[in-house]
Amino acid sequence: MGASRRREAWGFLLAIALLVVLVLVAFSVGRYPVTPRQLWALLWTHLTGAPSTLPPAMETVVFRVRGPRVLSAIAIGAVLAAAGSAYQGLFRNPLVSPDILGVSSGAALGATLGIFFSLGVAGIQGLAFALGLAAVGVVYAMGAALRRHDPVLVLVLAGIVVGTLLGSCISLIKYLADPYNQLPAITFWLLGSLASITVTDVLSILPGVLVGLIPLWLLRWRMNVMTLSEEEALTLGVDTQRIRLIVIAAATLMTAAVVSVSGVIGWIGLLIPHFARLLVGPDFSRLLPAAMLLGAGYLVAVDTLARSIAPLEIPLGVLTAFIGAPFFIWLLTVSRRGWQ
Amino acid sequence: MRLDVLDLAFGYPGKAVGRGVSFALAGGEVLCLLGPNGGGKTTLFKTVLRLLAPHGGRVTVDGAPVADWSRLHLARVFGYVPQAQLGVFPFTVLETVLMGRTAHIGPFATPSRGDRAVAEEMLGVLGIGHLAGRPYTEISGGERQLTLIARALAQQPAILVMDEPTASLDFGNQVRVLGEIEHLAQRGIAVMLSTHDPDHAFLCAHRVALLHQGRLARLGPPGEVITRESLREVYGVEVTVTEVARADGGRARVCVPSLAPRGSG
Repeated sequence: MGASRRREAWGFLLAIALLVVLVLVAFSVGRYPVTPRQLWALLWTHLTGAPSTLPPAMETVVFRVRGPRVLSAIAIGAVLAAAGSAYQGLFRNPLVSPDILGVSSGAALGATLGIFFSLGVAGIQGLAFALGLAAVGVVYAMGAALRRHDPVLVLVLAGIVVGTLLGSCISLIKYLADPYNQLPAITFWLLGSLASITVTDVLSILPGVLVGLIPLWLLRWRMNVMTLSEEEALTLGVDTQRIRLIVIAAATLMTAAVVSVSGVIGWIGLLIPHFARLLVGPDFSRLLPAAMLLGAGYLVAVDTLARSIAPLEIPLGVLTAFIGAPFFIWLLTVSRRGWQ
Repeated sequence: MRLDVLDLAFGYPGKAVGRGVSFALAGGEVLCLLGPNGGGKTTLFKTVLRLLAPHGGRVTVDGAPVADWSRLHLARVFGYVPQAQLGVFPFTVLETVLMGRTAHIGPFATPSRGDRAVAEEMLGVLGIGHLAGRPYTEISGGERQLTLIARALAQQPAILVMDEPTASLDFGNQVRVLGEIEHLAQRGIAVMLSTHDPDHAFLCAHRVALLHQGRLARLGPPGEVITRESLREVYGVEVTVTEVARADGGRARVCVPSLAPRGSG
């Protein structure tokens, strides 16, 4: 017991250290590099109100440009990893990602419609959020209607059906969209980006994120029992139907919130929980915070790469896939523990 | 604590498996369910545990029908040992057993030091304390079965339902589990188990229920239920039931099957 506790403590230390380093790297990379010492001085003068000796341009970079971007990468990465951990446990399947029930395809259709009808930023985000929730609502209703089958299997199948249907709707709108203005905007959104994110965006997703995270944290022990078979969870005293509804609602709410501002960013919710489990084990009370730390660090790193490795910005969805796919294969080969 | 199963009809939605099953079980008693594959043993257990809705009849505990009990309430009374399950995620054996405490833990709480002590005690009772830190996904089938029994014990139920608890065990572990069942009954727990081995019923059961084609063919003390005639009727095989002297001086009944020569039909 002592040895595994120590291992978990080291896992958390590693995840925190990684996040701090990646944030510092993110600030020091770009057209206007900010060293950790400068960043510290800037934050210090800001906190104490002491007169600053640093150029005002640096202040703009830190507080208006790079700061919001790093902050949003932390929040979005953490949320997607948390939702992924919850869904993988709930569906007893480590190959599940937060979009299994169609939240991403719903949000994508919402954003696509918003762009097609030129609704403006708030309208696009609002529609993405609403349709993300609606898609999962439809999937859940289908699952509840087909009661004679294994509830988990029905939800996954309904999610695939609804996701495919929504994908066709998106294709139709892309086909109809104006190819010079709307189509690039739609494509860009579907691949995910933090390039134009603002402090207001970050603040606007916070309520949804908190409302989603709190129940997940409160139900952390019940979540462990939910990873057992349906019958085991029931006979151990868990009202699986109610917990499933709460967890799906919570994870969907926060995924829809972040996807509505960042666009679709795949792979984080699928990949990161595996790393977190390697570090701290499958107990949800450790898995959730560890996955959030790693997810935050991962998206900060990927976003830093996205804006620095090429003259033009690379969409996040492309990079997360390019990095995620080989990592996932590597993970499958090294993970001795875990699922068979 | 007294469990009553009254004229129970059971099965899956849209598919009846059995009906007319009635029996009672008191604390300290071991009831062994025997019967061929597909006879409805697991379905009956699942209906008693309310994992399946009864098609008719009812289940009561101390006279109170369990039909409207919450899952939490049920889990404080009924412990269930399913046939050995493969885990998906690598929880340790101790964490797995701790999950047995769930019914005693508030919905937003995590196991306390007291819960941990109970879980560790049950690992000790089943002699698998040394496995505590091992991932459940990496231990042998027999060790998994013992872990699931420890988990059900950590639940501290009044009634323990075990679905073929000896099925995946080697000979030594089979004997150990049967011995443990006897201890549990001595502690006042009502135990209901299914098995494929009539000898196991002779070893640990106070009463035997013979389930054949969804009906209770016989119900009574092992010596009366497990006979040459009843086994021929239910399983279609020839056996000799005989008594042997045990090393400890007692006597025990065993079934010795006659292997039918090929073609004799």
